[in-house]
This record gives sequence, C-alpha cells and structure tokens, in this order.
Amino acid sequence: MEREHISAIFDQELNDLRTRILAMGGKVEMMISESVSSLVNRDSALAERIIALDHEINTLEVTVDEKCLELLALRQPAGRDLRFITLALKIVTDLERIGDQCANIAKRARELNDEPPLKPYIDIPRMAHWTETMLKEALDAFVRGDDELAIKVCKDDSFVDELNMQIQRELLTFMIEDPATISRALKLNYISKYLERIADHATNIAEMVIFMVKGKDIRHTIA
Amino acid sequence: MSTKLKLDHLNIHFGANHAVKDTSMDIAENSVTAIIGPSGCGKSTVLRSINRMHDMTPAARVTGRIMLDDTDIYDRSVDPVAIRRRVGMVFQKPNPFPAMSIYDNVIAGYKLNGVLKRGDADEIVESSLKRVALWDEVKDRLRQSAVELSGGQQQRLCIARTVAVKPEVILMDEPASALDPISTLKIEELIEELKERYTIVIVTHNMQQAARVSDVTAFFYIGELIEMGETRKIFTNPEKKQTEDYITGRFG
Repeated sequence: MEREHISAIFDQELNDLRTRILAMGGKVEMMISESVSSLVNRDSALAERIIALDHEINTLEVTVDEKCLELLALRQPAGRDLRFITLALKIVTDLERIGDQCANIAKRARELNDEPPLKPYIDIPRMAHWTETMLKEALDAFVRGDDELAIKVCKDDSFVDELNMQIQRELLTFMIEDPATISRALKLNYISKYLERIADHATNIAEMVIFMVKGKDIRHTIA
Repeated sequence: MSTKLKLDHLNIHFGANHAVKDTSMDIAENSVTAIIGPSGCGKSTVLRSINRMHDMTPAARVTGRIMLDDTDIYDRSVDPVAIRRRVGMVFQKPNPFPAMSIYDNVIAGYKLNGVLKRGDADEIVESSLKRVALWDEVKDRLRQSAVELSGGQQQRLCIARTVAVKPEVILMDEPASALDPISTLKIEELIEELKERYTIVIVTHNMQQAARVSDVTAFFYIGELIEMGETRKIFTNPEKKQTEDYITGRFG
C-alpha cells in the first residue's frame, strides 16, 4: 500500500508505534464487553479485574506518548508521517479515556451486583456491542487508512445516542413507579451514559483517521 | 503581496538535455521561496537562470520568459550586468575575495562598477554588515583579510557584499550546506530578516531548512515543477503523491 522509507529503521519504528496502539486498542475493546458482562452475569470478580486493567492502559498511554515524542524529535517527520504520529498522540488519549469509562462501568456493576437485579438487561448489552464494534472499526480504519469505514463509524454514533435516550426514558418509568428503584436505576443510567461517551471517543478516533487519510479536518462538521 | 518575479513557460536545454521543462512560477515580493528536489532535478538550473548565469555556457538555451517586475530579463535590449545588480546571488561555499580586506569585500560590487566616495563607502560597509549581523564581530578588524573569518562569518560577509549593492532579489544556492549547525541557524535567522527588504529564492537539499525559512516551497523532479504551495501545506499535507513521497523520505 505504502512505499517504504529510505530509512528502514524509521519504517520499523512507525510499525512498532502502530502495533503498540493496536495492542492498547485490543485491550480496551475487550474491556468494553467484559465490563458489561460483569454486570449482565453479576460477576464481581470480573469487575475487579477490569478495574485493575485500567492501570495497565494508563501505562500503555504513557509509553506511546514517549515513543511519539521521540519520533518527532529524532526523525522530524513530515506529510502523512507527521499526521500519523500526531494522530497517534491523540488516539491514545481517547483510548485511555475509554479505559477509564470501562473501569467506571465495572465499578457500577460491582455495586449493582450486591443488590437484586432491577430488570433483565437487554438494551445495555446491545449498546455495548455497538460501541465495541465502533471502536473496532475505528481502529481498523486507522490501520488500513480506510476513510470510508471511518465515515461509517461517525454515522453509527447517532444510533448509540438514540439507544442511550431510550434507556434513560425506560429507567425514568421505573423511578416514577417505585422510588425504591432510584438508586439502581441511576447506576444503570450512568452505565448507559458511559457507553455513550465511549462511542463518542470512537467517533473522535474515526474523525482523526479521516484527517490522516484525506488531510481534511472534518471535526465538528458531521451532525 | 505583488508578484516580483514571474517565470513564464521557462525551458532550459543544455545541448540535448532538457534540464528544465515548461516551468511557470509566480514569486511574491518580500517572500522566501524554497526550491527543493533530489539532485539533478533542475532546481539550481532554475535559480541560476534568474540572473542569467547560463549566458556563459555555449550549449545552454533558455526559452520562455522571466519577468522581473516589468522587465523581461532575457530581452535582447537588457544588459545582464544590470540584471545582476538587481538580482544578487549567494553560493554554497563562501567565496569572499581572498586578497581583499573585509571592508573591501563589502564594497567590491561598487569597486568593480565605478567610483565610490569614502564617506559613502564607510556608511555602506557599516549598514551592510549590520544587516547581516556581522558588524559587532568584525568592526574592529575591517582591514584584515576576509579569509581570516570563520566559514559562517565568511558566508555572512558574502551576503553583506550582495546586499551592499541594494539588489531587489537575492538568490541563494545551498547557502548553509558548508556551514556548521550554529552558523546555519544564524544564516536562517538572517534570511527571515532579509525578506523584509528583499525577495529571496533559496535552493536547498535540507528539507527542514526549507520548512524553517520559506513561505512558499516549490518541489522539482526531473526538470519539472511538480508542486508549489505554502510551505506549511507542502510539509504537512501536500497535494501530489510525489511531493509526499519526497518530503517523507520515500524517494529512492
């Protein structure tokens, strides 16, 4: 797809950076589905593991940042290499924030698992599935330089937004009918909101991929 | 900004070799234009054509027009010496006149072209050396030989010699490639200051240098102007794949 650099070491370093980001992305994707399954399967031990994993993600963010700064200082990249490295710096921030949100989901799951379930969880796992797919596709688009896939991710975000609103409306009916459900309903409400945020981060990544490929900044232009 | 130099369908042949192919460029007044490209791409040939340096090469043939304001510099009625007074040139290796003092080097252009009153000469020497930020370093030894200066100082002296005759355009062919990094930065700093008064065209192999000093960058490849645009655009997001490959180091 891409011509190689005259400097093979630079090519190697860029590949290494790409691999690190993907490894981090893979971990974060897994955290989305696992944090929600710790809720659905009432598995608090799993929730604990997700919370612990967040520290690992934070460490990965720091190492990717360092690698990017090193490449900027030592290689003075230009053109698409420059766009790729600056993009990497931003993508890891989004991935780290997704990690935080997953840890938040796990914390709420741990609390909810100590109480009887409010209702069967249907829409939240659906939403988690969509969100995880968006992140996966955003990262695929990043690796392949596929701007069409990235555009699809941006568009899918509105579906997740709708699911979030639907969940909030439903939880509101529970709270109105029986104030005893308020504490649990609010926690589920938070989880829905965390997932919606994760989808926003995936959208950020997709928008940046479009910038990397096209050199055109579309942030804040797609409704 | 108004156009100072206009290259209009410029073609340069050396015998059978078509070195520069149908190149048109508009160069704005008081700007720095960098010409980049791999060796043999025609960048120095273009630069040299702007003050008619190919006149002395019998096999060279230049067609098309180069307009300096309203003057077609290749018009039969135009005196090349008059053009070179308006279009100065700085070369890769500092080339002060070795038998002359620092002082005489600065006013060499006047000495070769006629007479100069002593008071005027003093003033020109001081203002030219100040303009290239060399005055403080040499003001106490103006009568010493120019070759006693360091390489970076010699190059600034050559630039002082160029600006002394009050040109409108300064051409620079790899002006810092024979210098150490600190002297290079001083020359780059100087280019930034000089553009307030002059229009500068610089050829450089050093892409970071082109990125640092120029407003506009032109990329040449095998005698053709591939892309010309704002420097910040060329180095972050060029239009053409060939330009992208070159600036990212994928040419080989």
